[in-house]
Amino acid sequence: MTDSTRTDNPAERLGQVWRNPPGLGALSVVSHSSLGLRFMVTGAFFFLVGGLLAMLIRTQLALPAQTILSAEVYNQFFTMHGTVMMFLFAIPTLEGMAIYLIPKMIGARDLVFPRITSLGYYCYLFGGLIILSSLFLGIAPDSGWFMYTPLSSQQFSPGPGSDFWLVGITFVEISAMAAGIELTVSILRARAPGMSLRHMPLFAWYILATALMIVFGFPPLILASILLELERAAGMPFFDVAGGGDPILWQHLFWLFGHPEVYIIFLPAAGIVSTLIPVFARRPLVGYRWVVLSIITTGFISFGLWVHHMFTVGIPQLAQAFFSMASMVVAVPTAIQTFAWLATLWTGRVTWNLPMLWILGFLIVFVAGGLTGVMLALVPFNWQVHDTHFVVAHLHYVLVGGMFFPLIAGLYYWLPHLSGRMPSERLGKPGFWLTFIGFNATFLLMHLTGLLGMPRRVYTYEAGVGWDWLNLLSSVGSFIMAAGIALIILDVALHFRFGRKAPRNPWQADTLEWATDTPAAPYNFISLPDVQTRHPLWDHPDLPESMAAGKHGLAQANHGRRETYGSDAITGRIRDVIHLPGNSWLPLFASLCLAVVCISLLVRLYPVALLGVLGAAVFLLRWGWENGAHPKAAPVCADEPSQPPLHSRTCDGPGRWGMVVTLLANGTLYLCLLFGWFYLWTASPHWSAPQVSPVSLTVMVLAGLLLTGVVATYYRIVHRLTAGDDAGLGPRLWGLTALGAAHWVVLLYATLSAPLAVTEQSHDAMLLVMLMYLLFHGLVATILTALQAWRVRLGWVNRALPYEPVVLRPFWGYTLGIYWLSVVVFLLVPLTWGGAA
Amino acid sequence: MFLVAVIVMIGVFGLWIHAMNRAGDDEDDARAERLQNRWIIGGGLVLPLTSMAALLAFGIPAGHSMLPLPPEDGVALDIEVTAHQWHWDVYYPEQGIRLHNELHIPANTPVDIYVTSSDVIHSFWVPRLAGKIDAIPGHTSVLRLEADEPGDYRGQCAEFCGRGHAHMQFRVSAHSKTDFETWQREASRND
Repeated sequence: MTDSTRTDNPAERLGQVWRNPPGLGALSVVSHSSLGLRFMVTGAFFFLVGGLLAMLIRTQLALPAQTILSAEVYNQFFTMHGTVMMFLFAIPTLEGMAIYLIPKMIGARDLVFPRITSLGYYCYLFGGLIILSSLFLGIAPDSGWFMYTPLSSQQFSPGPGSDFWLVGITFVEISAMAAGIELTVSILRARAPGMSLRHMPLFAWYILATALMIVFGFPPLILASILLELERAAGMPFFDVAGGGDPILWQHLFWLFGHPEVYIIFLPAAGIVSTLIPVFARRPLVGYRWVVLSIITTGFISFGLWVHHMFTVGIPQLAQAFFSMASMVVAVPTAIQTFAWLATLWTGRVTWNLPMLWILGFLIVFVAGGLTGVMLALVPFNWQVHDTHFVVAHLHYVLVGGMFFPLIAGLYYWLPHLSGRMPSERLGKPGFWLTFIGFNATFLLMHLTGLLGMPRRVYTYEAGVGWDWLNLLSSVGSFIMAAGIALIILDVALHFRFGRKAPRNPWQADTLEWATDTPAAPYNFISLPDVQTRHPLWDHPDLPESMAAGKHGLAQANHGRRETYGSDAITGRIRDVIHLPGNSWLPLFASLCLAVVCISLLVRLYPVALLGVLGAAVFLLRWGWENGAHPKAAPVCADEPSQPPLHSRTCDGPGRWGMVVTLLANGTLYLCLLFGWFYLWTASPHWSAPQVSPVSLTVMVLAGLLLTGVVATYYRIVHRLTAGDDAGLGPRLWGLTALGAAHWVVLLYATLSAPLAVTEQSHDAMLLVMLMYLLFHGLVATILTALQAWRVRLGWVNRALPYEPVVLRPFWGYTLGIYWLSVVVFLLVPLTWGGAA
Repeated sequence: MFLVAVIVMIGVFGLWIHAMNRAGDDEDDARAERLQNRWIIGGGLVLPLTSMAALLAFGIPAGHSMLPLPPEDGVALDIEVTAHQWHWDVYYPEQGIRLHNELHIPANTPVDIYVTSSDVIHSFWVPRLAGKIDAIPGHTSVLRLEADEPGDYRGQCAEFCGRGHAHMQFRVSAHSKTDFETWQREASRND
């Protein structure tokens, strides 16, 4: 945006505005294409690490009573294998793919929060490296990838391994949340003009569902990790029975995340299948509506079956029956999709090629995994094979079949988009067959090993129990599979150099991503067309040419802003022009500070951690500062577009949507905290609560009244502002800041004056977490209000620029809501129902 | 269950491969619409729902018989098992017998195992006799066992519990009624 050289060629001017700097400056890039690729390449690296661990595990198990790996090392390896594959490979790679593809498919130039993409990438990278470093230091987590307490708690895992897991994974989780939020908002608010929801490519539906599942699915794990880390570091007994906690609470929170996660991994992969099959069958996917409905249903049901991971903990029969049914019912939407794919192939003319070969592999492996899944949903059968190698085989069929096979199909399909070259079948086909045969040799036999009673996670076994030959064959199979994957890597690497040049839209696909150059320019499209169909490139084969010729919208970039259309969430009608931030170092600096926080938490240097938090806060606030009418964003100028206006001149831009979606995630976290409170209260064997709450109700009500005053006034001010009245806006906001600060001080007093025995009683520990949560929200809302008051003075917020106070409004509303809810649930309800349950 | 699953699987694969190789005959839209409904409703709704009904019809009674309900004749033998890292303490409350890493039970008699843990979560499992039940600190869960014939059965911890998990095994010896009584007498005397 600093570049002000003028040129008449739109493409050249767009290229200047959207330029990715070379050299070290590449670290400041915010382009979704570059970052999506970085996600995928980093994911591939972690995949190789996880794969290497798997090879070592299979080597150890190849023969009975081997001592290649000790029990300690083996435990670290299988824990890290699961952790790396799930958190550092599967989710980030699919996120990267969605980040790369979604804007192109919906006809946008970038995601709506480009700096968030960058922050997400760095959090993923640094978090992943922190976790990985533990492996090289020989202190990796070793309690299994679901970290059951109390095995993972301080008493039974005194080393730093569990801390690496909890801190590192939470860091990586920031990246998932970031992707979930910005993909949701981008798909809803930045589609090409006219692309209503029912014209949206199916892939975007899959990613929308996935993104929303991340928004609701990850908070339980984030909360659980925070609580467990507090227990480990500060001795607050949330999961320790002696202190009134309960280890089962961890299992509930973990699987409340863990099961949706399986579908978070599966849905994008199914999206690949639903994208490729119509292209290669040369006809639209049969039953678009059925498929959309089944995507949504899958999303909902997947939150209702976490307990099927816990059938052996001895929960009530009725609950078991319910979750057993739900676990079976989730097969229905998947079956609908499978048969929609089948019917599409049936009615179309199918082209056989490398991507379709992988799709076929997907079908075989995944259907087999789905069927064993239905078996596992049956409680008595589950009691038998739970935690055996049968489950190991099942989960690999579902995850490798449901994620890895479609991913490779997608990789071959979109390779020409990345490189401008076609994949070859010479190495690709043997690569597929080796992988496919190796995979089945490894895991098909493992079902039998499990049925013969071999439990999972044993580092060795005795000879003569009937498991010897099965394990040996599984190990041989795993090496065949590794050879196949090596061949694929070689193939992809060679193709970048020797591949045949690809024409535009080489597969004759229907979706907009094939209208870009290959490789794509950072701005994707020179002009943004109206899209009134599900299959733009089939219905308008000349669209790529007319887009490249600048015959559609937003072709001019002489203003120096990065722009894309903001459209209505449902109809796709144009509402505003979203101006996007340029390249920025702030995401890198903020995530470096967060990395400092993580590392100092690991070595327990808490003052340094506090400094890191402050640093991150400074960079994040600076980030928020460079928005709206700030000179680095979209300063007010004479020739601004008015039809449609820039989004920061309206009352409803993507920022507001981002705020609301973030609060949905935040609210989920809070609900999980309430769940934990009620769960411990009713189910923990040694829960005890004092007769009189240690927190003063009077002080809490006083702070609450102050807060109510602040929020009511804020709502009134914003209401007047959006009606066009900004008289006295600055002083009023300063006044609110002062009142907000007063509320915060009173709340802080309530916290500090309460005699909380947080290391002895989970009741008090829960109260402290709740108070910290309220303090955090009060503080953030107050600081942001102060910054708004300041921006009023600088002329960046006024009746022509009402956007930012509108964005902040839901945050205040949320802060008020959780405040009174907390007072009622944590203080009043125990008062009326009596303390000890 | 496995047979049905295999049939479904082969059926789906067969259809799929046939569909891919079939010369598509550019169906007109109305015909495609009919076809789609047939496929999706038939394969996507009817097939899974009927299989589930069948599974549950078989599974619910099977599960019921595994519950620790009072047996129809006589009483179940109660045994308390406490899991530790990495061994099992066994206690017969009525007989006052204590054992280590081994259980003795009468064959053809229901036995209720009361399982708990003194440290981390373990899981009590005798693959050939019953499903598994987790041993959780602070909680006691009950598992019903019944051996159909006398013999030795291998048991092991099925929930990962740390370094010694792989070796946390035990033995269940099922005796005929008279043998069990003899054993009981001797074991109480030794105590």
